[in-house]
Amino acid sequence: MTAGRNLDTDRFFAHYATMQRIRAFERAAIRAAREGLATGAIHASIGQEAVAAGVCGNLVRSDLLLSNHRGHGHTLAKGADAGAMMRELFGREGGVCGGKGGSMHIADFGVGMLGANGVVGANILIAAGAAHGVHMRRSRSADDRVVVCIFGDGAVNRGPFLEGLNWAAVYRLPVLFVCEDNGFAATTRTEALTAGPGPKARAESLGLVAAEVDGNDIVAVDALARDFIAAARAGEPRFIHAKTWRLEGHTAADKGAYREAAEVEARWADDPVARCEALLEQAGVESRRLAGARDAAVREMEAVFDEARAADWPAVERAFEDVLDTTAARNAAD
Amino acid sequence: MPELTYAEAARIAIAEEMRRDPDVWALGEDLGRGGVFGQYAGLAEEFGPERICDTPISEASIMGASVGAAMVGTRPIVEMRFSDFALCAVDELVNQAAKARYMFGGQARVPMVIREPIGIWRSSAAQHSQSLEAWYTHIPGLVVVAPATPADNKGLLKSAIRCDDPVVYMEHKNLWGLAGEVPEGDERTIPLGAARVERAGTDVTVVSWSRMVQTCARAAATLEEEGISPEVIDLRTLWPWDRERVMESVARTGRLLVVHEAVAVGGFGAEVAATVAEELGAPVRRLGAPRIPIAYAPPLEDQARVTDEMIAAAVREMA
Ligand SMILES: Cc1ncc(C[n+]2csc(CCOP(=O)(O)OP(=O)(O)O)c2C)c(N)n1
Repeated sequence: MTAGRNLDTDRFFAHYATMQRIRAFERAAIRAAREGLATGAIHASIGQEAVAAGVCGNLVRSDLLLSNHRGHGHTLAKGADAGAMMRELFGREGGVCGGKGGSMHIADFGVGMLGANGVVGANILIAAGAAHGVHMRRSRSADDRVVVCIFGDGAVNRGPFLEGLNWAAVYRLPVLFVCEDNGFAATTRTEALTAGPGPKARAESLGLVAAEVDGNDIVAVDALARDFIAAARAGEPRFIHAKTWRLEGHTAADKGAYREAAEVEARWADDPVARCEALLEQAGVESRRLAGARDAAVREMEAVFDEARAADWPAVERAFEDVLDTTAARNAAD
Repeated sequence: MPELTYAEAARIAIAEEMRRDPDVWALGEDLGRGGVFGQYAGLAEEFGPERICDTPISEASIMGASVGAAMVGTRPIVEMRFSDFALCAVDELVNQAAKARYMFGGQARVPMVIREPIGIWRSSAAQHSQSLEAWYTHIPGLVVVAPATPADNKGLLKSAIRCDDPVVYMEHKNLWGLAGEVPEGDERTIPLGAARVERAGTDVTVVSWSRMVQTCARAAATLEEEGISPEVIDLRTLWPWDRERVMESVARTGRLLVVHEAVAVGGFGAEVAATVAEELGAPVRRLGAPRIPIAYAPPLEDQARVTDEMIAAAVREMA
């Protein structure tokens, strides 16, 4: 890890705080699932926080983000409100999607977060299209938004990976693809069912500039993301293969029978949050400040948990809103 | 009123909407050279390659990218070439386009028109001839349109482009050359969800859409000579469909026949017939294709067709 005295401590303290907030949010989300309060599947991103913080920390609010089923961290790092997110997981009134989406469809268009996705790989095409739309509008207005799309290693074996990367390359779209490789596609080890030299080579075969990075190294992720986002913004699509490791189950209900406890324990030694903390300490940040950030994150997420539990269910009429009916269609034509 | 073909009417609708709204654009394979049926002829010359966008043969991408482009405020017209190929993009249409507005709690709108040419077109066989409109009516979040005349193909396409929800717009390949009067003017839209009486009558209500409207009209002309007066209603929009118009007609005639080119089993005719039976208790019948893939050899292909004779015979039995 690149460390030492010339570390921009403000920048990495901010990343650290984001990572601690993600970790605390995920812990609360897992607890909510185990207590039956989050009624749907929860895919937590514990162990992967440096990817979310390092990539999304290089975006501005108006930039756009597409995520996958493991999207809480990305969404928080993009600036969504943790309380509205937690209420969404609980399916309550005031959820960021009004309780209609849940964890797998978390979205906050107000901060440019255009949705997680329940279908592996589907976000790649939507991201390419969002970038296409931004690109088209550039000729009429000064729109320099960039689109970032984060998906898992499982997505690289689906057709949309080929179609979406080809699309971004031929139209030279302002998009950065991030393959967040956490070692597993659900309970299957990535390498077991993925042929060839890997995602980077696949991206390069389509003419994209691509790079691999240690996804648990916040400094490396941040530097690469900063570079690639600048290039993507200028219409040079980019690809990052970030190698990380999922430290908890595929879902909150997964007991992880397909991997040894010893392997998981060994991987905790590479915990990206602890690595970031060590780095900041080494650079002279007081451990009191670091502990303060951690405690504040835990308190924040405990509070949003309690708020979500106390929130009302959405009014049942909401089930019939946001979908067209005769009236809506007729109005659109008038 | 000028005479235009069904294809020309659609092309003019697109040109007018593109002049009116700079966010409207079209994308699909070979559009720059006018599209496979010439339905985009001349548009690339007027609007340039960005707005009449040639795409790779990547149906999932054409559909999926359009969802993203629609979410950021553009209004894509998605050309699928043949409705059969849209099956390569079912996730993008059904799980993404149709769901985004709802599952994100109203944060997203997905204004896109998906043009899917349907229908039997001589010897196009099993993968280039299908009419799968019923599938899409089953999906909450989608509007489904199937125009039968040049005038409707202009007015309905304009409304589809202005609609803020995804519209599956199914033109019949055998109608491209059909000529008819088309009202001029930018604001001559036809509301989605409003049926049209093709031919007024008193004895039997015949409901149809797309190419079968013409076939029903021919059958009705024969029946008139025999003293039977069918009322032919062109549904135009399958979802939302114009229940009021159909109910009002059946309340007068006392019986309903629904005719479509699609396979009868699980066809949209079943929905119309069941609704009328439930609400009015009137006798209902359906005519559609047998449940066979569409064959290549003309005499075999014809086995999948509903003809004017079949329609006339069904009406005679009911009247
Ligand atoms: C098209 C599709 N197939 C299967 C699934 C079921 N599924 C949900 S998550 C998942 C694993 C995806 O692996 P990866 O993309 O590597 O993400 P990870 O869960 O490892 O973070 C699978 C198979 C799905 N959601 N979508």
